[in-house]
Amino acid sequence: MTDTITTTIDESLMKGSAASDTDEICLQVNSLNLFYGESQALTDISFEMKKNRVTAFIGPSGCGKSTLLRCFNRMNDLVDSVRVTGEIILDDKNIYAPDIDVTALRQRVGMVFQKPNPFPMSIFENVAYGLRLQGINKRRHLEEKVEWALKGSALWEEVKDRLDESALGLSGGQQQRLVIARAIAIEPEILLLDEPASALDPISTLKIEELIYELKSQYTILIVTHNMQQAARVSDETAFMYLGEMIEFGETNRIFTNPEKQQTEDYITGRYG
Amino acid sequence: MDNNSTSQHISQQFDEEMENLRNKVLKMGGLVEQQITGAIEALQNTNAPGAEKVILRDHKVNSLEVKIDEACIQILARRQPAASDLRMVIAVIKTITDLERIGDEAEKIAKMALNLAEDDVSFHNRYSGVRHLGEGVKRMVHDVLDAYARLDVDAAIKVVRDDEVVDSDYQELMRTLVTYMMEDPRRISEVLDIIWAARSLERIGDHAKNISEYIIYLVRGKDIRHLDIEEVEKDILSD
Repeated sequence: MTDTITTTIDESLMKGSAASDTDEICLQVNSLNLFYGESQALTDISFEMKKNRVTAFIGPSGCGKSTLLRCFNRMNDLVDSVRVTGEIILDDKNIYAPDIDVTALRQRVGMVFQKPNPFPMSIFENVAYGLRLQGINKRRHLEEKVEWALKGSALWEEVKDRLDESALGLSGGQQQRLVIARAIAIEPEILLLDEPASALDPISTLKIEELIYELKSQYTILIVTHNMQQAARVSDETAFMYLGEMIEFGETNRIFTNPEKQQTEDYITGRYG
Repeated sequence: MDNNSTSQHISQQFDEEMENLRNKVLKMGGLVEQQITGAIEALQNTNAPGAEKVILRDHKVNSLEVKIDEACIQILARRQPAASDLRMVIAVIKTITDLERIGDEAEKIAKMALNLAEDDVSFHNRYSGVRHLGEGVKRMVHDVLDAYARLDVDAAIKVVRDDEVVDSDYQELMRTLVTYMMEDPRRISEVLDIIWAARSLERIGDHAKNISEYIIYLVRGKDIRHLDIEEVEKDILSD
Protein backbone atom coordinates (compact mmCIF):
# COMPACT_ATOMS: atom_id res chain seq x y z
CA MET A 1 0.00 0.00 0.00
CA THR A 2 2.69 2.44 1.06
CA ASP A 3 4.67 1.41 -1.99
CA THR A 4 1.81 2.26 -4.31
CA ILE A 5 1.42 5.70 -2.78
CA THR A 6 5.13 6.43 -3.06
CA THR A 7 5.18 5.33 -6.67
CA THR A 8 2.22 7.54 -7.51
CA ILE A 9 3.83 10.55 -5.88
CA ASP A 10 7.13 9.86 -7.61
CA GLU A 11 5.45 9.57 -10.97
CA SER A 12 3.48 12.76 -10.56
CA LEU A 13 6.69 14.53 -9.53
CA MET A 14 8.53 13.19 -12.52
CA LYS A 15 5.80 14.38 -14.84
CA GLY A 16 6.00 17.87 -13.42
CA SER A 17 3.47 20.19 -14.95
CA ALA A 18 2.52 17.68 -17.62
CA ALA A 19 -0.48 16.46 -15.69
CA SER A 20 -2.30 15.19 -18.71
CA ASP A 21 -2.47 11.46 -19.10
CA THR A 22 -3.60 11.49 -22.70
CA ASP A 23 -1.24 11.57 -25.63
CA GLU A 24 -4.02 12.07 -28.12
CA ILE A 25 -3.08 14.47 -30.89
CA CYS A 26 -5.32 17.54 -31.01
CA LEU A 27 -3.80 19.57 -33.80
CA GLN A 28 -1.37 18.61 -36.47
CA VAL A 29 0.42 21.16 -38.59
CA ASN A 30 1.94 19.99 -41.88
CA SER A 31 4.35 22.12 -43.94
CA LEU A 32 2.52 25.34 -43.20
CA ASN A 33 3.64 28.41 -45.15
CA LEU A 34 2.07 31.83 -44.89
CA PHE A 35 2.66 34.83 -47.15
CA TYR A 36 1.64 38.44 -46.70
CA GLY A 37 1.65 39.39 -50.37
CA GLU A 38 5.18 38.67 -51.54
CA SER A 39 6.82 38.32 -48.16
CA GLN A 40 6.82 35.01 -46.40
CA ALA A 41 5.89 35.18 -42.70
CA LEU A 42 5.88 31.47 -41.87
CA THR A 43 8.15 28.91 -43.46
CA ASP A 44 7.53 25.18 -43.57
CA ILE A 45 6.13 24.67 -40.11
CA SER A 46 5.29 21.13 -39.03
CA PHE A 47 4.54 19.86 -35.55
CA GLU A 48 1.73 18.36 -33.53
CA MET A 49 0.03 19.38 -30.32
CA LYS A 50 -1.36 16.97 -27.79
CA LYS A 51 -4.78 17.26 -26.30
CA ASN A 52 -5.17 18.93 -22.90
CA ARG A 53 -1.70 20.35 -22.99
CA VAL A 54 -0.48 23.92 -22.91
CA THR A 55 1.85 24.79 -25.76
CA ALA A 56 3.76 28.07 -25.52
CA PHE A 57 5.14 29.95 -28.51
CA ILE A 58 8.17 32.08 -27.76
CA GLY A 59 10.50 34.11 -29.93
CA PRO A 60 11.53 37.69 -30.65
CA SER A 61 9.07 40.26 -32.01
CA GLY A 62 8.15 39.65 -35.61
CA CYS A 63 9.15 35.99 -35.56
CA GLY A 64 5.67 34.91 -36.63
CA LYS A 65 4.33 33.45 -33.42
CA SER A 66 1.13 35.54 -33.38
CA THR A 67 0.69 34.93 -37.10
CA LEU A 68 0.96 31.19 -36.46
CA LEU A 69 -1.52 31.39 -33.57
CA ARG A 70 -4.00 33.18 -35.83
CA CYS A 71 -3.78 30.35 -38.33
CA PHE A 72 -5.55 28.03 -35.93
CA ASN A 73 -8.86 29.87 -36.11
CA ARG A 74 -8.20 31.40 -39.53
CA MET A 75 -8.08 34.91 -38.18
CA ASN A 76 -5.53 35.64 -40.90
CA ASP A 77 -8.34 35.28 -43.44
CA LEU A 78 -9.42 38.75 -42.36
CA VAL A 79 -6.17 40.22 -43.69
CA ASP A 80 -6.11 40.92 -47.41
CA SER A 81 -3.29 39.42 -49.45
CA VAL A 82 -2.70 36.55 -47.03
CA ARG A 83 -1.98 33.24 -48.68
CA VAL A 84 -1.61 29.98 -46.77
CA THR A 85 -0.23 26.67 -48.03
CA GLY A 86 0.08 23.42 -46.15
CA GLU A 87 -2.47 22.08 -43.73
CA ILE A 88 -3.65 22.18 -40.14
CA ILE A 89 -5.47 19.00 -39.21
CA LEU A 90 -8.15 19.16 -36.54
CA ASP A 91 -10.14 15.95 -36.10
CA ASP A 92 -8.89 14.44 -39.37
CA LYS A 93 -9.93 17.52 -41.35
CA ASN A 94 -7.75 20.23 -42.79
CA ILE A 95 -9.15 23.50 -41.45
CA TYR A 96 -7.99 25.19 -44.65
CA ALA A 97 -10.06 22.84 -46.81
CA PRO A 98 -12.55 24.76 -49.01
CA ASP A 99 -15.63 23.17 -47.42
CA ILE A 100 -14.78 24.29 -43.87
CA ASP A 101 -17.33 26.50 -42.12
CA VAL A 102 -15.10 29.16 -40.60
CA THR A 103 -17.72 30.32 -38.09
CA ALA A 104 -18.12 26.78 -36.80
CA LEU A 105 -14.32 26.51 -36.64
CA ARG A 106 -14.08 29.66 -34.53
CA GLN A 107 -16.64 28.23 -32.12
CA ARG A 108 -14.32 25.30 -31.61
CA VAL A 109 -11.21 27.45 -31.40
CA GLY A 110 -11.65 30.40 -29.03
CA MET A 111 -9.27 33.31 -28.84
CA VAL A 112 -8.17 35.86 -26.23
CA PHE A 113 -6.09 38.90 -27.11
CA GLN A 114 -3.36 40.90 -25.47
CA LYS A 115 -5.57 43.82 -24.46
CA PRO A 116 -8.76 42.81 -22.74
CA ASN A 117 -11.58 43.77 -25.11
CA PRO A 118 -14.85 43.59 -23.18
CA PHE A 119 -17.89 44.83 -25.10
CA PRO A 120 -19.51 48.01 -23.76
CA MET A 121 -22.33 46.12 -22.11
CA SER A 122 -23.00 44.42 -18.78
CA ILE A 123 -20.77 41.70 -17.37
CA PHE A 124 -23.57 39.20 -17.91
CA GLU A 125 -24.18 40.19 -21.51
CA ASN A 126 -20.48 40.03 -22.32
CA VAL A 127 -20.36 36.37 -21.39
CA ALA A 128 -23.78 35.62 -22.88
CA TYR A 129 -22.85 37.27 -26.20
CA GLY A 130 -21.47 34.20 -27.93
CA LEU A 131 -24.27 32.05 -26.57
CA ARG A 132 -26.91 34.39 -27.98
CA LEU A 133 -25.13 34.21 -31.34
CA GLN A 134 -25.54 30.46 -31.11
CA GLY A 135 -29.26 31.00 -30.72
CA ILE A 136 -29.47 30.33 -27.00
CA ASN A 137 -31.97 32.84 -25.60
CA LYS A 138 -33.66 31.17 -22.64
CA ARG A 139 -32.81 33.26 -19.58
CA ARG A 140 -32.48 30.21 -17.31
CA HIS A 141 -30.11 28.46 -19.70
CA LEU A 142 -28.04 31.63 -20.22
CA GLU A 143 -27.77 32.21 -16.47
CA GLU A 144 -26.47 28.70 -15.94
CA LYS A 145 -23.89 28.99 -18.71
CA VAL A 146 -22.71 32.45 -17.65
CA GLU A 147 -22.25 31.32 -14.06
CA TRP A 148 -20.37 28.23 -15.25
CA ALA A 149 -18.07 30.26 -17.51
CA LEU A 150 -17.38 32.91 -14.86
CA LYS A 151 -16.57 30.21 -12.33
CA GLY A 152 -14.34 28.56 -14.91
CA SER A 153 -12.42 31.76 -15.40
CA ALA A 154 -12.16 32.32 -11.63
CA LEU A 155 -14.09 35.57 -11.76
CA TRP A 156 -17.48 34.51 -10.35
CA GLU A 157 -16.77 35.33 -6.69
CA GLU A 158 -15.68 38.85 -7.63
CA VAL A 159 -18.61 39.75 -9.88
CA LYS A 160 -21.61 37.62 -8.88
CA ASP A 161 -23.32 40.55 -7.11
CA ARG A 162 -22.89 42.99 -9.98
CA LEU A 163 -23.54 41.04 -13.13
CA ASP A 164 -25.67 43.86 -14.53
CA GLU A 165 -22.98 46.50 -14.15
CA SER A 166 -20.88 47.57 -17.10
CA ALA A 167 -17.90 45.34 -17.86
CA LEU A 168 -15.84 48.45 -18.50
CA GLY A 169 -15.81 49.15 -14.74
CA LEU A 170 -13.76 46.03 -14.05
CA SER A 171 -9.99 46.14 -13.49
CA GLY A 172 -7.69 45.07 -16.31
CA GLY A 173 -7.08 41.65 -14.75
CA GLN A 174 -10.79 41.14 -14.20
CA GLN A 175 -11.55 42.24 -17.77
CA GLN A 176 -9.07 39.71 -19.10
CA ARG A 177 -10.68 36.93 -17.06
CA LEU A 178 -14.07 38.15 -18.29
CA VAL A 179 -12.88 37.83 -21.87
CA ILE A 180 -11.66 34.32 -21.11
CA ALA A 181 -15.10 33.55 -19.63
CA ARG A 182 -16.66 34.84 -22.86
CA ALA A 183 -14.33 32.59 -24.84
CA ILE A 184 -15.05 29.44 -22.82
CA ALA A 185 -18.82 30.07 -22.52
CA ILE A 186 -19.36 28.61 -25.97
CA GLU A 187 -17.29 25.60 -24.91
CA PRO A 188 -14.53 25.60 -27.50
CA GLU A 189 -12.06 22.72 -27.63
CA ILE A 190 -9.03 24.89 -28.14
CA LEU A 191 -8.11 28.22 -26.59
CA LEU A 192 -5.70 30.58 -28.31
CA LEU A 193 -4.15 33.10 -25.94
CA ASP A 194 -2.18 35.92 -27.54
CA GLU A 195 -0.12 37.59 -24.81
CA PRO A 196 -3.02 37.23 -22.38
CA ALA A 197 -1.18 38.71 -19.40
CA SER A 198 1.22 41.23 -20.89
CA ALA A 199 -0.98 44.21 -20.02
CA LEU A 200 -1.65 43.01 -16.48
CA ASP A 201 -0.05 43.52 -13.08
CA PRO A 202 1.90 40.62 -11.51
CA ILE A 203 -0.94 39.41 -9.27
CA SER A 204 -3.48 39.39 -12.11
CA THR A 205 -0.86 37.67 -14.24
CA LEU A 206 -0.50 34.90 -11.66
CA LYS A 207 -4.30 34.53 -11.56
CA ILE A 208 -4.38 34.12 -15.33
CA GLU A 209 -1.56 31.58 -15.16
CA GLU A 210 -3.37 29.65 -12.45
CA LEU A 211 -6.46 29.76 -14.62
CA ILE A 212 -4.53 28.36 -17.59
CA TYR A 213 -3.39 25.48 -15.41
CA GLU A 214 -6.98 24.76 -14.38
CA LEU A 215 -8.42 25.15 -17.86
CA LYS A 216 -6.07 22.68 -19.49
CA SER A 217 -7.94 19.72 -18.04
CA GLN A 218 -10.78 20.69 -20.39
CA TYR A 219 -9.10 22.54 -23.23
CA THR A 220 -6.03 22.41 -25.37
CA ILE A 221 -4.32 25.73 -24.90
CA LEU A 222 -1.92 27.60 -27.18
CA ILE A 223 -0.28 30.66 -25.72
CA VAL A 224 1.95 33.30 -27.25
CA THR A 225 4.07 35.10 -24.71
CA HIS A 226 7.05 37.42 -24.59
CA ASN A 227 7.63 36.50 -21.00
CA MET A 228 9.87 33.46 -21.01
CA GLN A 229 9.41 32.76 -17.34
CA GLN A 230 5.71 32.70 -18.01
CA ALA A 231 6.15 30.17 -20.80
CA ALA A 232 8.31 28.09 -18.45
CA ARG A 233 5.69 28.29 -15.71
CA VAL A 234 2.51 27.54 -17.62
CA SER A 235 3.35 25.36 -20.58
CA ASP A 236 3.92 21.65 -21.07
CA GLU A 237 5.53 22.15 -24.43
CA THR A 238 7.37 25.08 -25.90
CA ALA A 239 7.99 26.12 -29.49
CA PHE A 240 10.79 28.57 -30.22
CA MET A 241 10.28 30.56 -33.40
CA TYR A 242 12.69 32.78 -35.25
CA LEU A 243 12.23 34.63 -38.55
CA GLY A 244 9.11 32.67 -39.42
CA GLU A 245 10.62 29.28 -38.77
CA MET A 246 10.07 26.91 -35.92
CA ILE A 247 13.59 26.40 -34.66
CA GLU A 248 12.81 24.00 -31.87
CA PHE A 249 9.76 22.35 -30.38
CA GLY A 250 9.76 20.13 -27.33
CA GLU A 251 8.92 19.58 -23.71
CA THR A 252 9.17 22.79 -21.72
CA ASN A 253 11.23 21.03 -19.04
CA ARG A 254 13.86 20.19 -21.61
CA ILE A 255 13.77 23.42 -23.62
CA PHE A 256 14.46 25.49 -20.51
CA THR A 257 17.21 23.29 -19.11
CA ASN A 258 18.91 21.79 -22.12
CA PRO A 259 17.77 23.04 -25.52
CA GLU A 260 19.17 21.33 -28.59
CA LYS A 261 19.60 24.32 -30.86
CA GLN A 262 22.07 27.12 -30.35
CA GLN A 263 19.51 29.76 -31.36
CA THR A 264 17.07 28.56 -28.71
CA GLU A 265 19.85 28.59 -26.14
CA ASP A 266 20.86 32.13 -27.06
CA TYR A 267 17.30 33.39 -26.91
CA ILE A 268 16.26 31.90 -23.59
CA THR A 269 19.51 32.79 -21.86
CA GLY A 270 19.32 36.34 -23.16
CA ARG A 271 22.38 36.28 -25.40
CA TYR A 272 23.10 37.99 -28.68
CA GLY A 273 21.75 35.78 -31.43
CA MET B 1 24.23 22.83 -26.13
CA ASP B 2 27.94 23.45 -25.92
CA ASN B 3 27.67 27.17 -25.51
CA ASN B 4 28.92 27.54 -21.99
CA SER B 5 30.79 30.75 -22.09
CA THR B 6 29.61 33.07 -19.37
CA SER B 7 29.77 36.00 -21.76
CA GLN B 8 27.62 37.31 -24.62
CA HIS B 9 24.56 38.09 -22.53
CA ILE B 10 22.65 41.16 -23.57
CA SER B 11 22.95 42.17 -19.92
CA GLN B 12 26.64 42.88 -19.35
CA GLN B 13 26.03 42.92 -15.65
CA PHE B 14 24.85 39.31 -15.85
CA ASP B 15 28.04 38.43 -17.76
CA GLU B 16 30.04 39.95 -14.93
CA GLU B 17 28.09 38.10 -12.26
CA MET B 18 28.57 34.76 -14.00
CA GLU B 19 32.27 35.42 -14.64
CA ASN B 20 32.69 36.41 -11.03
CA LEU B 21 31.01 33.20 -9.91
CA ARG B 22 33.32 31.12 -12.09
CA ASN B 23 36.39 32.89 -10.76
CA LYS B 24 35.33 32.39 -7.16
CA VAL B 25 34.88 28.65 -7.75
CA LEU B 26 38.33 28.46 -9.35
CA LYS B 27 39.76 30.34 -6.40
CA MET B 28 38.08 27.95 -3.96
CA GLY B 29 39.38 25.03 -6.03
CA GLY B 30 42.92 26.42 -5.88
CA LEU B 31 42.67 26.81 -2.13
CA VAL B 32 41.37 23.28 -1.68
CA GLU B 33 44.16 21.90 -3.85
CA GLN B 34 46.65 23.73 -1.67
CA GLN B 35 45.03 22.19 1.42
CA ILE B 36 45.34 18.65 0.05
CA THR B 37 48.96 19.17 -0.94
CA GLY B 38 49.72 20.61 2.49
CA ALA B 39 47.93 17.80 4.31
CA ILE B 40 49.62 15.03 2.35
CA GLU B 41 53.01 16.66 2.81
CA ALA B 42 52.41 17.00 6.55
CA LEU B 43 51.41 13.34 6.73
CA GLN B 44 54.40 12.01 4.83
CA ASN B 45 56.95 14.13 6.67
CA THR B 46 55.08 14.09 9.99
CA ASN B 47 55.34 17.83 9.80
CA ALA B 48 53.33 19.21 12.75
CA PRO B 49 53.57 22.93 11.89
CA GLY B 50 52.52 22.14 8.31
CA ALA B 51 49.53 20.16 9.57
CA GLU B 52 48.52 23.02 11.87
CA LYS B 53 48.61 25.46 8.98
CA VAL B 54 46.22 23.26 7.01
CA ILE B 55 43.84 23.00 9.97
CA LEU B 56 43.89 26.76 10.52
CA ARG B 57 43.22 27.47 6.85
CA ASP B 58 40.07 25.32 6.58
CA HIS B 59 37.84 28.20 7.66
CA LYS B 60 38.86 30.04 4.48
CA VAL B 61 37.44 27.23 2.38
CA ASN B 62 34.25 27.27 4.44
CA SER B 63 33.77 30.99 4.12
CA LEU B 64 34.26 30.83 0.34
CA GLU B 65 31.55 28.18 0.18
CA VAL B 66 29.15 30.48 2.02
CA LYS B 67 30.02 33.44 -0.21
CA ILE B 68 29.60 31.48 -3.44
CA ASP B 69 26.32 30.00 -2.24
CA GLU B 70 25.06 33.49 -1.57
CA ALA B 71 26.12 34.66 -5.05
CA CYS B 72 24.25 31.69 -6.59
CA ILE B 73 21.08 32.47 -4.64
CA GLN B 74 21.24 36.09 -5.78
CA ILE B 75 21.57 35.05 -9.40
CA LEU B 76 18.66 32.61 -9.10
CA ALA B 77 16.47 35.21 -7.43
CA ARG B 78 17.32 38.14 -9.67
CA ARG B 79 18.13 36.62 -13.06
CA GLN B 80 16.05 33.45 -13.27
CA PRO B 81 18.74 31.82 -15.40
CA ALA B 82 17.74 29.22 -17.99
CA ALA B 83 19.45 26.49 -20.00
CA SER B 84 23.27 26.58 -19.79
CA ASP B 85 23.19 29.49 -17.32
CA LEU B 86 20.86 27.53 -15.06
CA ARG B 87 23.01 24.44 -15.34
CA MET B 88 26.08 26.53 -14.52
CA VAL B 89 24.55 27.89 -11.32
CA ILE B 90 23.27 24.46 -10.24
CA ALA B 91 26.63 22.84 -11.02
CA VAL B 92 28.41 25.53 -9.00
CA ILE B 93 26.12 25.02 -5.99
CA LYS B 94 26.87 21.31 -6.06
CA THR B 95 30.57 21.65 -6.86
CA ILE B 96 31.31 23.90 -3.91
CA THR B 97 29.63 21.45 -1.52
CA ASP B 98 32.06 18.79 -2.68
CA LEU B 99 34.98 21.21 -2.59
CA GLU B 100 34.12 22.11 0.98
CA ARG B 101 34.03 18.44 1.91
CA ILE B 102 37.39 17.88 0.23
CA GLY B 103 38.61 20.70 2.47
CA ASP B 104 37.22 18.87 5.52
CA GLU B 105 38.95 15.65 4.50
CA ALA B 106 42.23 17.52 4.08
CA GLU B 107 41.77 18.85 7.58
CA LYS B 108 41.19 15.30 8.87
CA ILE B 109 44.38 14.11 7.17
CA ALA B 110 46.24 17.00 8.77
CA LYS B 111 44.87 15.96 12.18
CA MET B 112 46.13 12.42 11.62
CA ALA B 113 49.51 13.89 10.68
CA LEU B 114 49.47 15.79 14.01
CA ASN B 115 48.64 12.58 15.90
CA LEU B 116 51.53 10.78 14.26
CA ALA B 117 53.85 13.70 15.00
CA GLU B 118 52.80 13.82 18.65
CA ASP B 119 53.45 10.09 19.04
CA ASP B 120 56.80 10.70 17.37
CA VAL B 121 56.08 8.20 14.62
CA SER B 122 57.89 8.66 11.36
CA PHE B 123 56.21 7.91 8.08
CA HIS B 124 57.71 4.53 7.27
CA ASN B 125 58.44 3.25 3.85
CA ARG B 126 55.87 0.61 4.62
CA TYR B 127 53.27 3.33 4.14
CA SER B 128 54.34 4.01 0.57
CA GLY B 129 50.88 2.79 -0.51
CA VAL B 130 49.43 5.88 1.16
CA ARG B 131 51.89 8.07 -0.70
CA HIS B 132 50.81 6.45 -3.94
CA LEU B 133 47.13 6.93 -3.08
CA GLY B 134 47.82 10.56 -2.16
CA GLU B 135 49.53 11.23 -5.49
CA GLY B 136 46.61 9.70 -7.39
CA VAL B 137 44.02 11.72 -5.49
CA LYS B 138 45.98 14.96 -5.79
CA ARG B 139 46.15 14.47 -9.55
CA MET B 140 42.41 13.77 -9.71
CA VAL B 141 41.58 17.01 -7.92
CA HIS B 142 43.99 18.94 -10.09
CA ASP B 143 42.55 17.41 -13.27
CA VAL B 144 38.95 17.98 -12.27
CA LEU B 145 39.58 21.65 -11.52
CA ASP B 146 41.31 21.95 -14.84
CA ALA B 147 38.35 20.26 -16.54
CA TYR B 148 36.03 22.71 -14.79
CA ALA B 149 38.08 25.71 -15.91
CA ARG B 150 38.09 24.50 -19.51
CA LEU B 151 34.63 22.84 -19.44
CA ASP B 152 36.34 19.77 -20.83
CA VAL B 153 34.02 16.76 -20.88
CA ASP B 154 36.71 14.27 -21.95
CA ALA B 155 38.94 15.31 -19.09
CA ALA B 156 35.99 14.99 -16.70
CA ILE B 157 35.27 11.46 -17.90
CA LYS B 158 38.92 10.60 -17.35
CA VAL B 159 38.60 11.69 -13.72
CA VAL B 160 35.57 9.41 -13.27
CA ARG B 161 37.76 6.59 -14.64
CA ASP B 162 40.65 7.54 -12.35
CA ASP B 163 38.39 7.17 -9.34
CA GLU B 164 38.04 3.46 -10.10
CA VAL B 165 41.82 3.12 -9.89
CA VAL B 166 41.95 5.07 -6.63
CA ASP B 167 39.19 2.89 -5.17
CA SER B 168 41.03 -0.31 -5.99
CA ASP B 169 44.33 1.11 -4.71
CA TYR B 170 42.54 1.97 -1.50
CA GLN B 171 41.18 -1.57 -1.11
CA GLU B 172 44.61 -3.02 -1.61
CA LEU B 173 46.13 -0.60 0.87
CA MET B 174 43.51 -1.55 3.47
CA ARG B 175 44.42 -5.20 3.18
CA THR B 176 48.08 -4.37 3.65
CA LEU B 177 47.43 -2.16 6.67
CA VAL B 178 45.25 -4.80 8.34
CA THR B 179 48.09 -7.27 7.86
CA TYR B 180 50.49 -4.83 9.56
CA MET B 181 48.19 -4.56 12.54
CA MET B 182 47.98 -8.31 12.89
CA GLU B 183 51.73 -8.66 12.60
CA ASP B 184 52.54 -6.00 15.13
CA PRO B 185 49.70 -5.15 17.54
CA ARG B 186 51.85 -2.47 19.23
CA ARG B 187 51.46 -0.38 16.12
CA ILE B 188 47.67 -0.61 15.95
CA SER B 189 47.10 2.97 17.05
CA GLU B 190 49.60 4.28 14.51
CA VAL B 191 48.19 2.17 11.67
CA LEU B 192 44.66 3.27 12.57
CA ASP B 193 45.70 6.89 12.05
CA ILE B 194 47.09 5.92 8.67
CA ILE B 195 43.85 4.09 7.86
CA TRP B 196 41.82 7.21 8.68
CA ALA B 197 44.06 9.31 6.48
CA ALA B 198 43.77 6.78 3.62
CA ARG B 199 40.01 6.76 4.08
CA SER B 200 39.97 10.56 3.74
CA LEU B 201 42.06 10.36 0.57
CA GLU B 202 39.65 7.87 -0.91
CA ARG B 203 36.73 10.15 -0.03
CA ILE B 204 38.48 13.07 -1.74
CA GLY B 205 38.63 10.93 -4.87
CA ASP B 206 34.86 10.38 -4.63
CA HIS B 207 34.25 14.11 -4.32
CA ALA B 208 36.46 14.80 -7.34
CA LYS B 209 34.43 12.24 -9.26
CA ASN B 210 31.21 13.99 -8.20
CA ILE B 211 32.54 17.28 -9.51
CA SER B 212 33.34 15.61 -12.87
CA GLU B 213 29.73 14.53 -13.06
CA TYR B 214 28.56 18.10 -12.48
CA ILE B 215 30.89 19.29 -15.26
CA ILE B 216 29.33 16.80 -17.67
CA TYR B 217 25.87 17.95 -16.59
CA LEU B 218 26.89 21.57 -17.02
CA VAL B 219 28.33 21.12 -20.50
CA ARG B 220 26.06 18.44 -21.94
CA GLY B 221 22.92 18.71 -19.82
CA LYS B 222 23.18 15.00 -19.00
CA ASP B 223 22.94 13.62 -15.51
CA ILE B 224 25.31 10.67 -15.43
CA ARG B 225 25.22 10.01 -11.69
CA HIS B 226 24.72 6.37 -10.76
CA LEU B 227 25.11 5.25 -14.36
CA ASP B 228 27.51 2.72 -15.74
CA ILE B 229 30.68 4.49 -16.91
CA GLU B 230 30.99 2.35 -20.04
CA GLU B 231 27.53 3.41 -21.19
CA VAL B 232 28.15 7.03 -20.25
CA GLU B 233 31.32 7.10 -22.33
CA LYS B 234 29.53 5.60 -25.32
CA ASP B 235 26.65 8.01 -24.90
CA ILE B 236 28.78 11.14 -24.45
CA LEU B 237 31.30 10.30 -27.14
CA SER B 238 28.56 9.50 -29.66
CA ASP B 239 27.20 13.08 -29.34
